[in-house]
This record gives sequence, C-alpha cells and structure tokens, in this order.
Amino acid sequence: MSDTYAPPLTGGQTPPQPLSFHVEGEHHPQNGTLLGFWVYLMSDCLVFACLFATYGVLGRSYAAGPSGADLFDLPLVAVNTSLLLLSSITYGFAMLEMRRNRIGATQGWLAVTGLLGAGFLGLELYEFAHLIHEGAGPQRSAFLSSFFTLVGTHGLHVTFGIVWLVTMMVQVQLHGLIPANRRRLMCLSLFWHFLDLIWVGVFTFVYLMGVLP
Amino acid sequence: MTVRTDHMANLSQAHGMQHAADHGHGGHGGHDGHGEDDGPHGTFKGYVTGFVLAAILTAIPFWLVMNRVFDSSRVTALVILAFAVVQIVVHIVYFLHLDAKSESGWNMLALIFTLVLVVITLSGSIWIMYHLNSNMMPASIHDMRNMP
Repeated sequence: MSDTYAPPLTGGQTPPQPLSFHVEGEHHPQNGTLLGFWVYLMSDCLVFACLFATYGVLGRSYAAGPSGADLFDLPLVAVNTSLLLLSSITYGFAMLEMRRNRIGATQGWLAVTGLLGAGFLGLELYEFAHLIHEGAGPQRSAFLSSFFTLVGTHGLHVTFGIVWLVTMMVQVQLHGLIPANRRRLMCLSLFWHFLDLIWVGVFTFVYLMGVLP
Repeated sequence: MTVRTDHMANLSQAHGMQHAADHGHGGHGGHDGHGEDDGPHGTFKGYVTGFVLAAILTAIPFWLVMNRVFDSSRVTALVILAFAVVQIVVHIVYFLHLDAKSESGWNMLALIFTLVLVVITLSGSIWIMYHLNSNMMPASIHDMRNMP
C-alpha cells in the first residue's frame, strides 16, 4: 500500500487508513460484456412481452375463421418443445466442456445443439407451411396475424441463434478457446437458454391455452 | 494499489487461475472465491437437474390439456400458467445461473425491472382491451339480443 496516493491534510494529521475508491467487498464487474448482453436480453424480453400482449388481446378474434383448437397439432408442438429443451441441455454440456478446455467435445456438443435447433426450426416451418396451405395464413384473422408474429419472431431468434452458433464453431476451429471466444460462447449460452425460456411462454400461452374450449 | 494487490491474490488462487488471467478481473473479495471471472458456472448435476425438472414441468401441462383432465378451461389455464411460471424460474436458476450475486446484483435488478414492465404490459393490455371489448357497440343483432 506504500504507493497509495493520500492527499495532504490541512491538520497535518496522517490519515489512519489508505484511501480506497470502492466499497470493500463490493463486486466490481470490470468486463461488462455479460451484463450488457443481459440488458439486451431483457430488452428482447420486452419485445416478446408486447407480442404476447398483442396475442393475448387478439388471440380469440377468429373473424369466423379457424380457431386454435382447429389448427394446432399438439403432438407436433410437444416434439418441438422437446427438441428445444434438449438443445438447451446440450449447449450446457458444451459450456462444461469449454471450461475443461476440450475443443473437440465443445465442438461436438455445439454441433448437436445446432442440429436440434435446426430440427426445431424445420418443424416450425413445416407447421407454418401447413397452416398457410390450409388457408390459415397470417392475413386470415387477427388471431392468426398475432400468432404468426409471435411465433415467427421466436423462430427468427432461433434462426439467428443458429447462425451465431455456426459462426462460433468456425471461430473456435480457427482460433481455439481463446478468451474472446469464451466470452462469445457465454453470451450465446445466455441467448440460447433465453430462447428456450420464451418458448415455455409460447407453448403454454399460445398452443396449450389456444386449444382449450 | 489496492486493486492490484487484490488481483494478485486472485491470480494466486489455485483454481480459476486461467479465467482470472483471461479477463483481467480483480478488485473483488469473492463470496466463494471463484465464479465471477468466467461468468456464472454451471455443473453437470445442475444442468441435468434443470433438464429433468423442465421436462416434468413440460409434460404435465401437455398431459393436462391433451387428456382434458379438468372440465373447466379456466382451471386448466390457471394451472398450466402456474406450471409455466415455475418452469421459467427453473430455467433461470439452472440454465441461466442467475442469482442475487451475479454481476454485483445488476443482473437480478435488470430482471426484476423487466418483470415489473412485463407484468404491467401483459395484465394492463389484456385488462383494458377486455373491458373495451365488452363496452363496445354490439357487432351484430345476435350480440344485441344477448346484451345484459
């Protein structure tokens, strides 16, 4: 502490303790990336909250068209939900392997996660194509407009998550598990688990409650 | 400087050495000596616990709806919403590893603020629009007959 700067006091008395510029024991995040990314996720959460509110308001306005009970295929949604949940835990395993500095295992689990995410996306696109083919496209009723907007926005997030994931796999292949890549994988971990969290709201609020009489 | 000595102490800890060096982190006492430098840590057991809980909390609502366990839609809706809230908490704890300590509590603060806004947005929109709908002009003669 000998190099600690202490301003001369007018009283000529030496201060009993060296000056400290932060509260002792306080956690002081020097690297704010994860916090910043968390704030982004929270703002994304607000976007979804608005879309959920829109669906909550319009979700029963069928305009004499098909209702959720007519359209939704719950077994398909159950498969979709399991795919996304499985991809969450496989991403968790990728993070555990990253901590052990095993590049191969990390890449393997990331690939599995990406495939599960792609499977989820494929099923969702199949469902959308099926709905549009049946004449239940987004222009059919307010219910379907809000449905496509909410579920489509989630699907778009998953799409960009997969793009990010593939980018990270290339990055890890090229540069290894360097600090920057670890940080990015941490952010993607938050993003991916957050998408699964939003999906819990989607399958409950949209699909399950949509088929209730 | 105080910060530098803390940093050196951090580095000298046997575990987390790599991570502390990676991020140049210092200046915190550490409530458990590690965990902050490389973000929140998960364990294999934690992930599996979260996965099993989430799977159970997903299966029950699907079962409730697909087999029409309750006669009343309202009861079913309330029960599956409760399951969703519990599952979201499970995801936050076991997958996102959020607790009051992460990032000095700023994560939790942001989450609470967001939750307040989400609750206001959702309940406010649905509440207002429901009353607006029921106070609107009836859309058809049929509705007019059913007016209170």
